[in-house]
Amino acid sequence: MYAQMIKTASAGVKSREEMTDQEREFQDKIDNDIKIEPRDWMPDDYRRTLIRQIGQHAHSEVVGQLPEGNWITRAPTLERKAILLAKVQDEAGHGLYLYSAAETLGESRDELVKLLHEGRMKYSSIFNYPTLNWADIGAVGWLVDGAAIVNQVALQRTSYGPYSRAMIRICKEESFHARQGYHAIMKMAFGTPEQKRQAQSAVDRLWFPAIMMFGPTDADSTNSDQSMAWKIKVKSNDELRQQFVDQTVPQIEYLGLDLPDPNIKWNEERGHYDFSDPDWSEFFNVIKGNGPCNVDRMKDRVAAWDDGQWVRDGLLAHAQKKAAAKVAAE
Amino acid sequence: MSVDKQQLLQFLLRQGDNTLVLGHRVSEWCGHSPILEEDIALANTALDLIGQTQMWLGYAAEVQGEGKSADDLAFLRDAWDFRNVLLVEMPNGDFGQTLLRQFLFDAFQSVLMGRLMKSSDEQVAAIAAKASKEITYHVERSADTVVGLGDGTEESHNRMQAALEYLWPYVGEMFESDETDAAMAAAGIAPDPASLREEYEALIGKVFAEATLSVPESRYNHKGGRTGYMHTEHLGHLLTSMQWLQRAYPGCEW
Repeated sequence: MYAQMIKTASAGVKSREEMTDQEREFQDKIDNDIKIEPRDWMPDDYRRTLIRQIGQHAHSEVVGQLPEGNWITRAPTLERKAILLAKVQDEAGHGLYLYSAAETLGESRDELVKLLHEGRMKYSSIFNYPTLNWADIGAVGWLVDGAAIVNQVALQRTSYGPYSRAMIRICKEESFHARQGYHAIMKMAFGTPEQKRQAQSAVDRLWFPAIMMFGPTDADSTNSDQSMAWKIKVKSNDELRQQFVDQTVPQIEYLGLDLPDPNIKWNEERGHYDFSDPDWSEFFNVIKGNGPCNVDRMKDRVAAWDDGQWVRDGLLAHAQKKAAAKVAAE
Repeated sequence: MSVDKQQLLQFLLRQGDNTLVLGHRVSEWCGHSPILEEDIALANTALDLIGQTQMWLGYAAEVQGEGKSADDLAFLRDAWDFRNVLLVEMPNGDFGQTLLRQFLFDAFQSVLMGRLMKSSDEQVAAIAAKASKEITYHVERSADTVVGLGDGTEESHNRMQAALEYLWPYVGEMFESDETDAAMAAAGIAPDPASLREEYEALIGKVFAEATLSVPESRYNHKGGRTGYMHTEHLGHLLTSMQWLQRAYPGCEW
């Protein structure tokens, strides 16, 4: 889940009677699972909400390069280095599709990047946590991409065509990343005592941030109703979180690691695992900019953009010269 | 004609260490490049170079015959045993310097691989055939970027010219010849590097002309990387991060 706490632009869900003919026709398409395409009419609030959601998702892919990049130069084998490079390259590619999907709604990539750098758009809270040992890289692939998949598999059914198609493509790559991540942490968990200690530390630190990725509890998740009605959001935060916990707990047990939360227990009656709520005050702090890495992540991204200005200017100037020369020759 | 194993090993280490060290350098950019497309391209280039390293060092380990792996060679040798040219260990500098270093190396590789594909050693020929597909688009991309930035704005031009002047003294080492090269040439495994210079100069000359960059006149060059006699101070730092996990936790499976 790389988009969280998306504020739905809406004054509330309208009843059919309150809708205009155009709005009713739009809602009918959604109810009948007909995808909305870029040239179709859509309510302004639908467009605005989607731009926020897709934009935040794209930013997350881009900022997400940083915690993983933190270990590329220290990857322990050539194969692990290659796998990590390929993964980070995929993430940057996802950022590119998602910015393109946002562009189909009339918002340019440059504008979205500007909003991010000015602190007016966000990226997933998870990338504000540090990667401190090699097992963290396995855990990021397994838990973070794993959580993202749970959300994105649901979003394959989202109502906006370009976003839905991007999710289908992205999910294939994310599933591969999650498997590779699990394989990497298996090596650590089944390795020497020092390796196992790193694996345990990774799970202990990243568990709660991972389950926070689904956003606040449904009770505190405002504006969800309209997003659900528009099928921008397909399942509730708590449903997705439960699904993730249910699939992940047996994987932690298989690794022979201690569960990161003493309250994780199978509940026969519910047919699900019970677990503790994360510390939501920590979550809201991270969202506000007080996570362990918020400042450095943004500093890095802004510096990359600013330091690259001369490169973008230079390449653009050259392209313009070439275009002008071509016109002159014709 | 049979070839001395030690000489073949030296030759293979030179190939593999070049791609390893440059791949590492390029990977340092992750997430920090001027635009998303470049993040993707840089990661892709680094990935190709690491893939080539696996092949070169894998073969080197086999020839060495001491039961070591490509990883052992990459992560457990100290700087003086590395055989890469100095050019590839030079720091990234700004994006222009990184791409200029890439172009100077890609151009060399593109000339060399064409010859290595015809190597009398089947494994060398096979590695070169695989790598040359990647090198073809690497050199195309790095040349395009050098032209775009050289012939872009005044600032981009000045930065590229400064990068060329900084890196130029490291170009000549790629064409040095010694007894290893003589042995490779005699066995038909690899050409004498000195014999590649003319073709190389023609290639880079064309690109630099289009980029409106002036090639420095000096032919003085630094050396000591491909013999291991004297690397730059930069290599030790690079190895410090690259080899840290293997050194701190020896004997683990990863």
